[in-house]
Amino acid sequence: MIHSLFLINNAGDLFLEKHWKSVISRSVCDYFFEAREKAVEPDNVPPVIRTPHHYLINIYREKIFFVSVIQTEVPPLFVIEFLHRVAETFQDYFGECSETTIKDNVVIVYELLEEMLDNGFPLATESNILKELIRPPTILRSMVNTITGSSNVGETLPTGQLSTIPWRRAGVKYTNNEAYFDVVEEIDAILDKSGTTVFAEIQGVIEACVKLSGMPDLSLSFMNPRLLDDVSFHPCVRYKRWESERVISFIPPDGNFQLMSYHISAQNLVAIPVYVKQNISFFETGSSGRMDITVGPKQTMGKTVECLVVTVHMPKVVLSANLNATQGTYNYDPVTKILVWDIGKLNPQKLPNLKGSLSLQSGAPKPEENPSLNIDLKIQQLAISGLKVNRLDMYGEKYKPFKGVKYVTKAGKFQVRT
Amino acid sequence: MSASSAFIDEKGGSASEPEYGHDPASGGIFSSDYKRHDDLKEMLDSNKDSLKLEAMKRIVAMIARGKNASDLFPAVVKNVACKNIEVKKLVYVYLVRYAEEQQDLALLSISTFQRGLKDPNQLIRASALRVLSSIRVTIIVPIMMLAIKEAASDMSPYVRKTAAHAIPKLHSLDPDQKDQLIEVIEKLLADKTTLVAGSVVMAFEEVCPDRIDLIHKNYRKLCNLLIDVEEWGQVVIINMLTRYARTQFLNPNINESLLEENSEKAFYASDDEEEEDKKDEVAPLAKRKPYVMDPDHRLLLRNTKPLLQSRNAAVVMAVAQLYFHLAPKAEVGIIAKALVRLMRSHSEVQYVVLQNVATMSIKRRGMFEPYLKSFYIRSTDPTQIKILKLEVLTNLANETNISTILREFQTYIKSMDKDFVAASIQAIGRCATNIGEVRDTCLNGLVQLLSNRDELVVAESVVVIKKLLQMQPEQHSDIIKHMAKLIDNIQVPMARASILWLIGEYCEHVPKIAPDVLRNMAKTFTNEEDIVKLQIINLAAKLYLTNSKQTKLLTQYVLNLAKYDQNYDIRDRARFIRQLIVPTDKSGALSKYAKKLFLALKPAPVLESTFKDRDHFQLGSLSHLLNAKAGGYQELPDWPESAPDPSVRNVEIPDWSKCTSRKDRKEKKAEKPFYSDSDGESGPTESADSESDSGSGSESASASDESGSGSESGEETESEEEEEDEEEEKKKKRKKHLDKTKAKKPVEESTESEQSSGSEERKRGRKAVKNQKSASESESESESSESGDESEDESEEESESDTDIRKKKTPVSKQPPKQSKKESKKETQEMSLLDLDDFEPAPASAPVTPVNFMSSSLVSDLEGLSLTDTILAPTTITPSGSIKMYELLHRITGEGLAVEYCFSRQPFSPDPNMVAVQIQFTNNTNSETKNLHIEEPRLQCGMRIREFAEIDVLSAGESVTVVMGIDFCDSTQAANFQLCTHTRKFFASIQPPVGELMTPVFLTENDFKKEQGKLMGMNEISEKLTLGEKCVNEHVIVERVTATANLSRVPCGSDKECSTPPPPPAPVYRFAGKTVSSGCLVLVTVSTKEGGRAQLTVNCEKMLIGTMLVKDIMQALSQ
Repeated sequence: MIHSLFLINNAGDLFLEKHWKSVISRSVCDYFFEAREKAVEPDNVPPVIRTPHHYLINIYREKIFFVSVIQTEVPPLFVIEFLHRVAETFQDYFGECSETTIKDNVVIVYELLEEMLDNGFPLATESNILKELIRPPTILRSMVNTITGSSNVGETLPTGQLSTIPWRRAGVKYTNNEAYFDVVEEIDAILDKSGTTVFAEIQGVIEACVKLSGMPDLSLSFMNPRLLDDVSFHPCVRYKRWESERVISFIPPDGNFQLMSYHISAQNLVAIPVYVKQNISFFETGSSGRMDITVGPKQTMGKTVECLVVTVHMPKVVLSANLNATQGTYNYDPVTKILVWDIGKLNPQKLPNLKGSLSLQSGAPKPEENPSLNIDLKIQQLAISGLKVNRLDMYGEKYKPFKGVKYVTKAGKFQVRT
Repeated sequence: MSASSAFIDEKGGSASEPEYGHDPASGGIFSSDYKRHDDLKEMLDSNKDSLKLEAMKRIVAMIARGKNASDLFPAVVKNVACKNIEVKKLVYVYLVRYAEEQQDLALLSISTFQRGLKDPNQLIRASALRVLSSIRVTIIVPIMMLAIKEAASDMSPYVRKTAAHAIPKLHSLDPDQKDQLIEVIEKLLADKTTLVAGSVVMAFEEVCPDRIDLIHKNYRKLCNLLIDVEEWGQVVIINMLTRYARTQFLNPNINESLLEENSEKAFYASDDEEEEDKKDEVAPLAKRKPYVMDPDHRLLLRNTKPLLQSRNAAVVMAVAQLYFHLAPKAEVGIIAKALVRLMRSHSEVQYVVLQNVATMSIKRRGMFEPYLKSFYIRSTDPTQIKILKLEVLTNLANETNISTILREFQTYIKSMDKDFVAASIQAIGRCATNIGEVRDTCLNGLVQLLSNRDELVVAESVVVIKKLLQMQPEQHSDIIKHMAKLIDNIQVPMARASILWLIGEYCEHVPKIAPDVLRNMAKTFTNEEDIVKLQIINLAAKLYLTNSKQTKLLTQYVLNLAKYDQNYDIRDRARFIRQLIVPTDKSGALSKYAKKLFLALKPAPVLESTFKDRDHFQLGSLSHLLNAKAGGYQELPDWPESAPDPSVRNVEIPDWSKCTSRKDRKEKKAEKPFYSDSDGESGPTESADSESDSGSGSESASASDESGSGSESGEETESEEEEEDEEEEKKKKRKKHLDKTKAKKPVEESTESEQSSGSEERKRGRKAVKNQKSASESESESESSESGDESEDESEEESESDTDIRKKKTPVSKQPPKQSKKESKKETQEMSLLDLDDFEPAPASAPVTPVNFMSSSLVSDLEGLSLTDTILAPTTITPSGSIKMYELLHRITGEGLAVEYCFSRQPFSPDPNMVAVQIQFTNNTNSETKNLHIEEPRLQCGMRIREFAEIDVLSAGESVTVVMGIDFCDSTQAANFQLCTHTRKFFASIQPPVGELMTPVFLTENDFKKEQGKLMGMNEISEKLTLGEKCVNEHVIVERVTATANLSRVPCGSDKECSTPPPPPAPVYRFAGKTVSSGCLVLVTVSTKEGGRAQLTVNCEKMLIGTMLVKDIMQALSQ
């Protein structure tokens, strides 16, 4: 299936190659470079590129192109999903997935890639198994390794691969047994000029951090499971149980993982936490424009809106911005034409306002479209959909774990058209 | 640190080293390389593991950067037997990379791996095989072959998995081994572990994707294992099964596709292509019987559905394409939600999903319509995503939503992304062509765009307007005039050319302007682009033909200019046109027809999606994405005309839908004792993975039954939950048995829910398995069976005649795999064990206090056992007397054939979503009636019927009872069908009372209250009533309610029965059930008050059912 993998940075340097079948010359990447050049933006490189003898399927993550070489028919999503899994594994191992960390840990990267694919077909992609096979580097371990000469490769052979629950490693032991669940919801919305909602939905995930000894069997139930009609689960979740009882029953992997994600699309259910009053206008003459933005709370369920940031992608003709913010700071980058207004906490008594003039390139016609605003925000201790965890029960082990649930609401792709 | 140091060392150690792209072979560098390698060699030769490791790390770092390290081969290969596991692994990495180049030296390492293959540790065996098979050296092909064969029968499933992985490797190395490899694949396909399934199907797909016959026997197993296979394997299996299903089952939409075509015809009268299709279609359809889905087809759909919830986008896509290609039209809709969910993922995923959605939305527009807004475009989307979303939006546009879509398009036109704007304008054009109502609106909108400042926008609009105008030019001469005025301002050649063409084409509508435009263009002719020049010539020619008086000279002038143009196309065109239109003495025959040539009516262009007809490629495939066949793509076959023999998939249990074979099984069972004493050798598989036994054990049963699917993934790890299920299962069986003994009546199709995967049974079963094995050779035994104990009073002659039929059938499944045999064996044994030790102490009366769910079900089950004749009499299977019989066909109208039916309140085993209807045929004539069967069911949408098997002969005076299943979809709509005999057809109709649409569930009082709490508000219907005179005691009330509806009584809480408190002043009776088809809970509460007054409350999600039920129960109670 996957023949080879090339990692290419944003500047077009090929800095790592790995072949699972016979070696394919790196010159095959020329086709990729060609497409990359044509696309201008890295986002616009077509994920699948056809060359005379191969197909290149690539993803772009963290400023790195993961370019895989395919020779025969294979579902493209299969490859794309796998490449993302590779990127996530790097992130998991090295804290971030960047060119520097990959170069610094090139041997571990190579060992990982070797384990993840066999003859181009995925072999071990579960983080629990991989971590048993190849230990992630920590500062302490690398110190010890350099002194004693011991290695990162696990001494014991992994058993996870053999078990019927391949996602959990065996023999887990903790002194403090704890299980934390973060319910994170993101609001995706498009608001039109007048502030009415064109489209809104909630994208939620439950991130779990489970550090429990032995083989715990957990079941998580909700106060209002009816909210969830479109869900996807980590493979550990027993789907039948969910279907019949609306209870999430699972034997968790060890450590951090995403238990489930859900999608709430009914528009009337989606509360929009803030409103934006904006007025952006460009003048026909004088090559200037005015801008006036005010943000205020709308449906916040009594919680404070934090980390409020407004980002505006200005038209190309805008040279500079001379604005005055009543709260927070703003910054206009004339190169990328991005205006960022970092507001911080939203104070309902005194609404933050950004006002001032924009100067345009002289002589250029005024832009036809007003830029749309992207809003970023965060509300602690609130799941905007109203989802509430009812209880978490543990079976199969004797001890009493510490349990915790946290709710956060964030803005996802939250856009205000102007 | 160690790793990083390796990298730094690499760099530091050779400052002169070239960066990528430099030529590593250039002289000076080569020598320094050589030196450095010497140093590495030294390190590799040392005894210290740490030095070796260091060296290997540096070498691997070189490989990763694409440097040549092949000259180190001898030094590295020596370390293949190194004790240090990391060194070893890195050596493997090196070996696999360079073995192909250094074949002779690579052979040195082979013996190490051969030794590894014999290691007691399965992981070492697996890794040895993995590396051995990855070394691409042709000489060792025989060794690899041997190793693969051996590993394929290894005890460890992990090693077998590795063997499966090795198969395509060997195949690509030496395709001559194909035949032998197919044998191995065949063997591994029969493997029962989830671990192997994905890998072997992958091997199958790479080596012999056309050997579909290998799948037959494993089809059901694969379907059932699917949910537990790892995600990558799932993708491969689902894609393969899609192809398989296309070859083996009938098109579920065969009837609908015809309907649809007809309706489409009405809409677009000018569809010529479909005409032929239709004709082809109609002929066979007339003969075709009503479509009944193959249960295996259903099994596949059912078992893949949960995977739509997978976190893996590839799995979701695989299921989506399976549904798109295989499911009945009504069911395809469920994939839309999942696909829309994927749109939140990474942009690459979005890109692929949108491509597929675009294709689907052409075929099945309705499917995505509810999600229209999810395809709205954000200014931050990458352009390629925007354009795909636009495509989908356009496909989804119809009369009702076009106004919203156009409003949305309006905002897009203002975008800063010009490519996207151009695409939006084209999209508007497409909407306008597809939807007549908005054509004018669109056209006006586009005309407004003509005054846009951006030239690209204007140009694109002109091109689109041109296409639109071609459809109805007469009404729009003012637009043409407007465009003529624009020509001075528009510089984009394509747009200019379009305007000129328009004016030329419709010069009759703008007789005054056209010559003027030509005059202007003649002035600038030399400076125009080629494409514009050609159109000027065209315009001139057309004007010459229509209005030669005014334009003769102009045309001459233009043609003269063109004659000396630099472009030969233009010179050619000028010459050609001059010959055609300008009359000369020698002008040929053609010039007579010049007008016809130039001013012929041009057909309007069809603006259609580039995704049209892409669905002949399997969706989700690379080929679909590229719209071209990729290497190794397997065509998705067309549905077969008639279904191939479904019995090829029979593993061992014969098709339960056939009454005959069921009887056979009984008979066989009578012949053979359960325990044949011979010993069987147990294969390595059995001992290695006991859990797989149970897994496969349950699976074959669940193939025939959905209700038990809770324990489908019968694995030990889930034991807790599982055991609960089993307990329940056992209870049910026990109960059933009780009923049987009581009713002394053969209960049809009660093989249902005979799941067995409990550890208890397993132990007991194992012995039986062994015994069974040796016995399996004998054909007759092979079908001995699960329904054995029902056979008591089946008539002997009948089964004899059936045996003949069976004998004809059996050779097909000559070598039934063992697993199902085990299963059936286990079951029968289990039944008998239950008879012995569980059945006797039945009449204990007081239920135990419920502790948890498990014991609560125990309580109710115990109740079911012991109190049958008191409280719960009607809820369990009632003796035939108390069941109300309905008439289906009267003796007189049926010409002597009387048919009655009743709702037996049995679970209908082949499909738990169906209501079992027991039908009794009585032949009152003096001759025998033959071939009793059902034809042409006419059903409301969603309803399904499972017919009883044809009754061959019903001799005079005899009567026979059969059971059929009807899925009423929780409605009281009648199921209509024709009852056919060999001579006549009778129209018949079965309408269920609402109470029969449910099946009892056992809840404790607490559970009941909890469930009730969830069903408040709209879902609760409450009514006051006065009890009838006879409803004086508890017994009567309970009996009345349960007679009206198939519910079970909820045991009164502990407070009443266990701990002797004073009886509560107002007794409350609770009943619980769920609807058969959708499984919605139905909760009924009757609370009595003094004076014969009472309050009736029904809680049910389906309000209609609730209302009807309230009415029925009220009536029953107030009598």
